[in-house]
Amino acid sequence: MKYGIILSIARTHLISRKRQTIVASLGVTFGIAAYIIMMSFMTGLNGLLDGMILNRTPHIHIFNELSPSTPQPIDRSQAYRQHARIVRSVRPKKNISRIRNASALSREITALKDVRAVTPMVRAQGFYLGGSNRLSASLIGVDAVKEAKFYQLDDYVVQGSSKELQITQNGIILGKGVADKLSLKIGDKIQIGSPNGTIFQFKIVAFYQSGLADIDKVQSYINLKAAQRLMGESVNYITDLNVKLYDMNKAPQLAKSLTRTHGINAVDIQTANAQFETGSSIRTLISYAVSITLLVVAGFGIYNILNMLIYEKMNDIAILKATGFSGRDVQQIFLSQAMIIGIIGGALGLIVGYFISWLISRAPFETEALPTIKTYPVNFDPVFYVIAVCFALVFTFLAGFLPSRKARKIDPVDIIRGQ
Amino acid sequence: MSVILESKNISKYFHQPVDFQVLKDVSFSINKGDFVSIMGKSGCGKSTLLYILSTMDTDYEGELFLNDVLLTGKDHNELAKVRNEQIGFVFQFHYLLSEFTVLQNVMLPGLKLGKKSPQDVEQDAMDKLKLLGIESEATKIASRLSGGQKQRVAIARALINDPLIIMGDEPTGNLDSKNADNVYNIFRELSHEKGLSLLIVTHDLDFAKRTDRIITMEDGQIVDN
Repeated sequence: MKYGIILSIARTHLISRKRQTIVASLGVTFGIAAYIIMMSFMTGLNGLLDGMILNRTPHIHIFNELSPSTPQPIDRSQAYRQHARIVRSVRPKKNISRIRNASALSREITALKDVRAVTPMVRAQGFYLGGSNRLSASLIGVDAVKEAKFYQLDDYVVQGSSKELQITQNGIILGKGVADKLSLKIGDKIQIGSPNGTIFQFKIVAFYQSGLADIDKVQSYINLKAAQRLMGESVNYITDLNVKLYDMNKAPQLAKSLTRTHGINAVDIQTANAQFETGSSIRTLISYAVSITLLVVAGFGIYNILNMLIYEKMNDIAILKATGFSGRDVQQIFLSQAMIIGIIGGALGLIVGYFISWLISRAPFETEALPTIKTYPVNFDPVFYVIAVCFALVFTFLAGFLPSRKARKIDPVDIIRGQ
Repeated sequence: MSVILESKNISKYFHQPVDFQVLKDVSFSINKGDFVSIMGKSGCGKSTLLYILSTMDTDYEGELFLNDVLLTGKDHNELAKVRNEQIGFVFQFHYLLSEFTVLQNVMLPGLKLGKKSPQDVEQDAMDKLKLLGIESEATKIASRLSGGQKQRVAIARALINDPLIIMGDEPTGNLDSKNADNVYNIFRELSHEKGLSLLIVTHDLDFAKRTDRIITMEDGQIVDN
């Protein structure tokens, strides 16, 4: 009831100065809209760029790597402990590229509570045979369903479907570069020569484009079993285990403990792609800096307009105080005006921000690197809208606070006497 | 007769530009229904006294009672409440909120008091406007009225919460003689018929002569009461 009259006075003041009110509100609108657009677009882009790497990369990659043994046998000798030990031409011992006891290891890791999925992989080398041409081939044997589910394989399949691979035992998702070179189309057959000379025939079910031309010229996906057969190995032959976690940040710790307990190579994603987080966080920082600058400018606009209004309204303030409105009431009148400007401007900003974000998300954006992306990536996360509203309210409150406090302190006697 | 307003030894100093005592031990009282005017030359301190009596100026020495309640030393919020409920003001310059309608101007102190519903306050405001003969202007924006009309609206506003006392700072100072007469007649009527106390600071000797009592001030002191 009491606040009703304060709001009605505030409203009359605002309505009687339509142009100033609109200008002040538009300031907030621009700030909020800019914040939403920048954040939606930036994080959309960030998500896309990160996704290019992060979605495709296992959180922990387990594999066998050829390396000289440490410590070398001589280091273990008690007899030469005190001597300088020099070994020339160190050769690593013959290493098998498969992971020992992969299925048991896979089951054990799957059982850990942080682990979302473990997918086995067989890397195989070979040749694409096209007429008299032999192109080197890097073939990856996968479980197509898991690969699509956990590593977004489908995003990079430009033609055909990765599901076909599961159905077709000797299917192949062929690199687009290879297909172009050998002028192949879906449904065609391709012959692949294995390292030990056997020739296998595969049926092309889909094309794959990673965006990196060098990879697309050699890499293709086939079924796990087909890869094992190509290598002439049994079903135990697994060269890589890819681990996906629920929380990516736990990867380094888990990788370390797996290395220690199982004596295997386990590399976490943070080590493998250290540069990514830096890029994302700096882009986010820039977006925030720009938006906050815009809001500060809008805030100064409100501050100015309210200051002017209070000078204009000295008489009104004196009358209100003389007729029994307290300093606090007067402060609330002017603060409400700032908040009304903030709410109207902010609400408008949300609508404008959403609309422009929507326009951007419909704008065509085609790039070789991202075959399945046709428009600009925009992140419509409601969190940005909530933050924007908070920003609008906080900034208009701050902008209104100082002038309204001045209004509170105005001595009506000074004004009345001054006439 | 009960005492409505009483000042006991009120003194006030100005410190700018030089230390200067404006009011020197001013003591007097006003009874219920009194129509009193304060006269004096410019600078004798009569306006300053009125601002102190009106509770807007709190920087003074001495004691001020309204309806036997000591107002000296109360905080600003309490004093605002007192002004709202018990004191009505009429100024030389009309001091209406220029963007509001006449009716809204009259209603504002009543809405602020919040003792009645907005409908009742509106009814009261219309009654006061009728009393002053300007009910036909109720929906006009205040800045559109003539000087005499504005002053009557200001009086209606002063009356809205049925105050104990009305204070005027040269309420006729800015009006022609016909309108000044009008305002005098309204005050006279309020004092006689409603038993309202009135304290009017004025230069206008004709106006003052027709009041019940004249307090004359000189150099911050009451010389004739």
